[in-house]
Amino acid sequence: MSSIVSLPDQSTARIPKRNYLTNENGILSWLLTGDHKRIAILYLISITFFFFIGGALAGLIRLELLTPQSDLMAADTYNKVFSMHGIVMIFLFLVPSVPATLGNFLIPIMVGAKDLAFPKINLLSWYLYMIGGCLTLWAMITGGVDTGWTFTTPLSTHYVNTNVVTTGLAIFIAGFASIFTGLNFIVTIHRMRAPGMTWFKLPLFVWSNYAASILMVLGTPVLAIALVLVVLERTIGIGVFDPTKGGDPLLFQHLFWFYSHPAVYIMILPGMGVISEVISTFSRKRVFGYSAVAFSSVAIAVFGFFVWEHHMFIMGVSNYSTLVFSLLTMLVAVPSAIKIFNWAFTLYKGSITFETPMLYAFGFMGLFTIGGLTGVFLGSSGTDIHLTETYFIVAHFHFVMVGGMLMAFLAGIHFWWPKLTGRMYPEKISQLAAVVTFIGFNFTFFPQFLLGMLGMPRRYAAYPPEFQVLNVFSTAGATILGVGYLLPILYLIWSLKYGKVAGNNPWQATGLEWQIQSPPLTENFIEIPVVTQDAYDYEWLERQKEREVTQVG
Amino acid sequence: MDSPTVALHESSHGEHPSYQRHHFVSMAQQKESASFGMWLFLLTEIMFFGGMFTAYLVYRNWYYPAFVAGSHTLSIVLGTTNTGVLITSSFTMAMGVWCAETRRRGGLILSLILTLVLGLAFLGIKSVEYHEKWVQHHVPGLRFDAMTFVHPKAEPGQAAEPPLPLDMAQHTEVYFSLYFAMTGMHALHMIIGMGLLVYMLIQAIRGAYDNGNIAFIENFGLYWHFVDIVWIFLFPLLYLISRHQ
Amino acid sequence: MSAHEEHSSEEQHIVSPKIYVLIATALLLCTALTVAASYLELGPWNAVVALAIAVFKASLVVLFFMHIKYSSKLMKLTVGAGLFTFLTLVGMSMSDYISRAWGSF
Repeated sequence: MSSIVSLPDQSTARIPKRNYLTNENGILSWLLTGDHKRIAILYLISITFFFFIGGALAGLIRLELLTPQSDLMAADTYNKVFSMHGIVMIFLFLVPSVPATLGNFLIPIMVGAKDLAFPKINLLSWYLYMIGGCLTLWAMITGGVDTGWTFTTPLSTHYVNTNVVTTGLAIFIAGFASIFTGLNFIVTIHRMRAPGMTWFKLPLFVWSNYAASILMVLGTPVLAIALVLVVLERTIGIGVFDPTKGGDPLLFQHLFWFYSHPAVYIMILPGMGVISEVISTFSRKRVFGYSAVAFSSVAIAVFGFFVWEHHMFIMGVSNYSTLVFSLLTMLVAVPSAIKIFNWAFTLYKGSITFETPMLYAFGFMGLFTIGGLTGVFLGSSGTDIHLTETYFIVAHFHFVMVGGMLMAFLAGIHFWWPKLTGRMYPEKISQLAAVVTFIGFNFTFFPQFLLGMLGMPRRYAAYPPEFQVLNVFSTAGATILGVGYLLPILYLIWSLKYGKVAGNNPWQATGLEWQIQSPPLTENFIEIPVVTQDAYDYEWLERQKEREVTQVG
Repeated sequence: MDSPTVALHESSHGEHPSYQRHHFVSMAQQKESASFGMWLFLLTEIMFFGGMFTAYLVYRNWYYPAFVAGSHTLSIVLGTTNTGVLITSSFTMAMGVWCAETRRRGGLILSLILTLVLGLAFLGIKSVEYHEKWVQHHVPGLRFDAMTFVHPKAEPGQAAEPPLPLDMAQHTEVYFSLYFAMTGMHALHMIIGMGLLVYMLIQAIRGAYDNGNIAFIENFGLYWHFVDIVWIFLFPLLYLISRHQ
Repeated sequence: MSAHEEHSSEEQHIVSPKIYVLIATALLLCTALTVAASYLELGPWNAVVALAIAVFKASLVVLFFMHIKYSSKLMKLTVGAGLFTFLTLVGMSMSDYISRAWGSF
């Protein structure tokens, strides 16, 4: 595997004395910070914490499913475990994963600003997230919740007696954290771009986060009101979703999925942005069809609002609207495919190198394609009726969310780790981790496609014995996957002290964030840059380097 | 937060006012960002209320007679008065923003006080109406009885409402659920707004807005007008369903 | 500072109180109108008239009290985006509710 890591400025690089990490000291300088980079680090630590909680719950689920009987835990405990796994992973990990960490850190730098437009609201967002997260943990410790992450009525309002109210409020609060992040991004991208930084010079990471932010701002409040109405129904008994009073339980699902379908694009779009950056950098080429990729992000955001009913095809919605939503669902496949094809064309005749972020990005492309294509199966109302509520759907969204999003998140973390910390991660072991993750992932989730085709329903602690072989495969794969996720946290922490000093631009990438010191100054830029180059202009970078050499020499 | 501000390389229009945050290049940029951010927040509010408006539309079509009967229990006098009160408070708030823009401290304080008083009046009238619902057993979940719609009693001097069949009468609970959810959420926004009004009043009396740093007032104005708009829709939807029947 | 003030007065249009008085009067008149209209027997048009008046009133508030008439294209687009998404939510949810009664194919 060739590498471009050893470049001239690396051997002499030093960690700059003054940077955003050393600028101020003490715990309060972190808890009261307005610096987008520090808030990004706070978010990174918190979401990693919640990721491992969600991961531990996933481990329990797979252990229970090792045997056909419900023997490790009782069926109702199993319900609580998979509900909490979904709630923690979706609301507390996937939704904020890339935007609140890498997005928070990089978007102001990429557009050439000193900070996000509203630093205090950014900090408030983290506090809301933490309050929501702690309430969720509190709900879990004091008895859990067993509605699934979807809080489906009337189950959540009438038939279960678990901590629905606490969890509902927790998600309501965490939702506002996400709204504020999105709001901040939109204003920053519109209003704070550096002179010369036109829309079509923005890195694609900014475009995809912009699209995700639109969804956060416009979608999340609908989830909020749906949850408020559930909470009111449980506490004082108003009758908006209550069939005994004349309400329609399906209306809850309409409102819930109006957010929660776009929410999957909130989760995946920023990941797609990471992949664009990584693929371009490690094939040394401008992203093929830049404007097509940029607009496909916006198209995914817009179409994302037109398809939510495909989650409800078997719930008793009208056949005619099923037909319409099924057709509209096919629309979303188009911009997603545009992205995959354009990344493939970017690779074509590029000078490809295989650093860890690139390995994760390759993993993303393969797994996301499988996840996306199986989504077309599920969007077609005919096959959906057979496949929905089986392990096929579980495998489908884990291919998109874990195989796609988590791979993209890890690609991004490795790619920008030198910028975040000023130090390199160890290359060989991280390449190993990427490969282990890929293998473990396929072992875990591919058998679930087969299980779903055979008809194994989701959400049950026990299953008929003939499904056991594939379930054992899946659990074994989950163990490998677990190792794949534990490795990065170990060697990334190790690298904080012992990693090689990275220098400003270890990847020789073109983004504005790579032209400043690592870790950056608190104010990002000593003077606001004037942008003349296009995004991903590697010739411009060469010219810059030559100029520097002649000036210094 | 109080990181050392970097001397800007060049500033296009002379000195910067003290209230310009360090990460903005110019005051115009800061102002635009603030009002754009406020508008985005209002979009989330549109969608927040949007969920309830969707529910309203569904159930109004399903249970139209129940919605008519429920609507007729509301006082048209109180509702219309409240609409007038809220529109006037929106007007006084707009005047407050104008006074702030033209740096009239006295006018600003007066406008804020008037807005506050009108807001309180709105909530006072609203609570009278809520109390009436409580007395009539029209509070869904907590205290509800559909029998008044099955056997309507004639008010003195008025013809009795037409009786509803039992199942439709029970669906008035859906109407009142929406009534309380929508007006309650609206009232909650009013209460938050009045808290902010008190804060601005104190600041205005201390002269905090005399230097032209009025982004807070302008953005609060947007919020207050939005709350007004929500009521502009709630009033005909909840109070004015087929009054002629 | 004077240079700055000139700059901001170019950017920002201060709406005169006359317009505010005019709009407030129009809003109050429309309120009276919508109450009166609800007592007329118009069949299904009652709801249409009530909503049309409400939309008109809301537009007045957005355009003048909230200064959208004098704002940049971006602000107008933002308001439009909110309206569009709201109509998507209502319209596409109703597509299910309206066609449920049509039965199966």
